[in-house]
Amino acid sequence: MATTNTPASAPASGLREFWYYFSVNRGAVIGLTVFAILVFVAIFAPLIAPFAPDEQFRDALLKPPIWDANADPRFILGTDPVGRDMLSRLIHGARYSLFIGFFVVVGALVVGVILGVLAGYFRGWVDVLIMRIMDIILAFPPLLLALVLVAILGPGLFNAMIAIALVLQPHFARLVRAAVMAEKSREYVTAAKLSGAGHLRLMMVTILPNCLGPLIVQATLSFSNAILEAAALGFLGMGAQPPTPEWGTMLASAREFILKAPWVVTFPGLAILITVLAINLIGDGLRDALDPKLKRS
Amino acid sequence: MLNYVLRRIALLVPTIIGISICAFAFVRVLPGDPILAMAGQHGVTPERYEILREQFGYNLPIWQQYFNYLWSVMQGDFGISLATKRPVINEFMALFPATMELAFVALLFAVVIGIPAGIFAAIKRGSWFDQITMGVALTGYSMPIFWWGLLLIIFFSGYLGWTPVSGRIALTFFLKPITGFMLIDTLLYGNWAAFVSALRHLILPAIVLGTIPLAVIARQTRSAMLEVLGEDYVRTARAKGMSPNRVVNVHALRNALIPVVTTIGLQVGLLLGGAILTETIFTWPGIGKWMIDSISKRDYVVVQSGLLIIALIVMSVNLIVDLLYALINPRIRVQ
Repeated sequence: MATTNTPASAPASGLREFWYYFSVNRGAVIGLTVFAILVFVAIFAPLIAPFAPDEQFRDALLKPPIWDANADPRFILGTDPVGRDMLSRLIHGARYSLFIGFFVVVGALVVGVILGVLAGYFRGWVDVLIMRIMDIILAFPPLLLALVLVAILGPGLFNAMIAIALVLQPHFARLVRAAVMAEKSREYVTAAKLSGAGHLRLMMVTILPNCLGPLIVQATLSFSNAILEAAALGFLGMGAQPPTPEWGTMLASAREFILKAPWVVTFPGLAILITVLAINLIGDGLRDALDPKLKRS
Repeated sequence: MLNYVLRRIALLVPTIIGISICAFAFVRVLPGDPILAMAGQHGVTPERYEILREQFGYNLPIWQQYFNYLWSVMQGDFGISLATKRPVINEFMALFPATMELAFVALLFAVVIGIPAGIFAAIKRGSWFDQITMGVALTGYSMPIFWWGLLLIIFFSGYLGWTPVSGRIALTFFLKPITGFMLIDTLLYGNWAAFVSALRHLILPAIVLGTIPLAVIARQTRSAMLEVLGEDYVRTARAKGMSPNRVVNVHALRNALIPVVTTIGLQVGLLLGGAILTETIFTWPGIGKWMIDSISKRDYVVVQSGLLIIALIVMSVNLIVDLLYALINPRIRVQ
C-alpha cells in the first residue's frame, strides 16, 4: 500500500509533501490500509471467497458463525435463510459497494465540475440558471429524492446509482463554482487570457487544476455517501434486487430473522460501516493534508 | 435587516417554482397512466376514461394543468390520496406530529450530548477523551442508520427486553390526540403509564435518528471551539488573568456556538431523510413511512404532494436558520 503512494522520483516533491502530511494522521493511514484490503478483496472476490455467492446449501440453513456451538465448520460467518455462505456473499458484496461508490462519484464529479465551471466562469444568466437548479435539488432530502427518482426510473442497481449521482452532484457544482470564481480574477488567468487562450482552455486547463484540493476531499466524502445511500436504497427494496449480494439488499432480506439469527443482520451492516468509516478516515486525512484552511466539520 | 429578509425571501421564489414544477412533473413522467392507476385492477371503460380525464383536467395542455395544480396547492388543496381516498393534507397533518416528535427528541439527544462532547474535546485537545470522542463521532457519522436501528432492536428489545420493537405507544392505550405529540398528550391526560409507554417506544428511534446529527454537531462544535480558542481576544482574556472557566464559557463558547447553531438548523433536512429509514425500521407512523409506503403503493398523488410539502418545510427551516444567523452575525447582512 505504501509503495503505491510514496513517490519514486524527485519531481514529485508535491506528492511527497502531501504524503508527509497525510501519513502524520494515524487514522488516515489506517483508513487507507483498510480500503486497500477492501479493493484487493473486491478484485479477487471469486478467488478468495470459499463458495459462490448464490450457492445454496439446503442442509445448512441459518447456521451460526464458527464460534457458536451449533456452527457448521464449513461456514466461518454462518449461512443465511436459504443456506448461502455469509462470508462469500460479503466478499462479493465488496465488489458492488466499491463499484457503486466509484461510478457514482465519477458521474457526479464530471457533471458537477462541468456545471460548476460553466457557472463560475461565465456568471450572468448561465450562473443563475445552473445554481437555481442546484438549489432545487438541494431543497429535497437526498434519500427522498433518490427514492422518488428510482420510483420513476424503476428499482434496480443502475437506476439507483444514477439517482444518487444526481443527488450528490450539486455539492460538486457549488464547490467548483466558488473555486473558479476565486481563481478567475488571479493574475495567472489574466496572463493566460492575454496570451490568447480560449474559453475552454482557460476553464479546463488554466483554472480547474487549481481547484483540485477541495474537489478531491469532496469526492472522498461523496464516495462514502454514495455507498451509504445505495445500501439504504437496497435496504428499502429500491436498489439492487435480490439475490444480488449487495450489503444493503442482504440486510433487507435478513430483517425478519433479526431476533432468531442476529448474524445475518450484523455482518452486512458491519461491512458497510467498516467501508464507509475507512473512506471517511481517508477523507479527513486528505482534508488536513491538501488544504489546511479547510476546517474539520 | 428588513432589506436582507426581503432579499432572502425573493431569492427563494424561483426555487419554490422549480420545486413545484418538479413535484408536478413527477406524476407526468412516471411510467403508467395516472387514471389507470387510480382505477386499480378493475380498469375503466373508454367512455369513463374520457370522463375521468376531463374531470382531473388531464385533457388540458400541460402548462394549463400545471397552473391548475399550482392554484389548488396555493389554496391548500393537495389532492386526494389514491389509496385511502382521503385528502392528502389531512393525512399529512395526522402523521406529521409523529415525525416532529421523533425528530425533535432526536435533535435534543444530539445537541445535549454533541455540544458538551465537542467542547470538552476541544478544551482537552489531543487527550484520550478527545481522541475517543472524535473516533466515536466519525463512527457515528459513517453509520448506516438502518443497520444501527436493527442492532439496537436486537440488543435492547430482543436480548434485554427493555423496549418495544415498533409503534408509538402500547395498543392498550386509547388516547384521542390533543396535540398529536404522544409525550405531551399522555401528560395532558395525566396518564402516567401511557407516558412511560410512549417514552419507551420513542427512545430507540430517537437515538437512531439522532446518531448522525450527534456526530456532525460534536465534530462541528469541536472545530469551532478550537478556532475560537486560538483567537487573539481569547489570549487577551487569558492574559488579563481571567479564570479558565470564564474564558471558555463567556469568551469562547458564545462565539463558537454561532456556526454550530447553523449546523443544527441544517440537520433538519437530514432528519427528514433519516426519518424514512428510522420510521420504516420501527414502524413509526410518521411522514417518512407514509412516503415510502406511498412510493411502493404507487400512490402518485401522495408522493407528489408529500415531496412538495417536505421540500417547502426544509426550505423554510433553512431560511429561518439563515435569518437567525444574520441576526447574530451582522457581517452577513452587508454584502
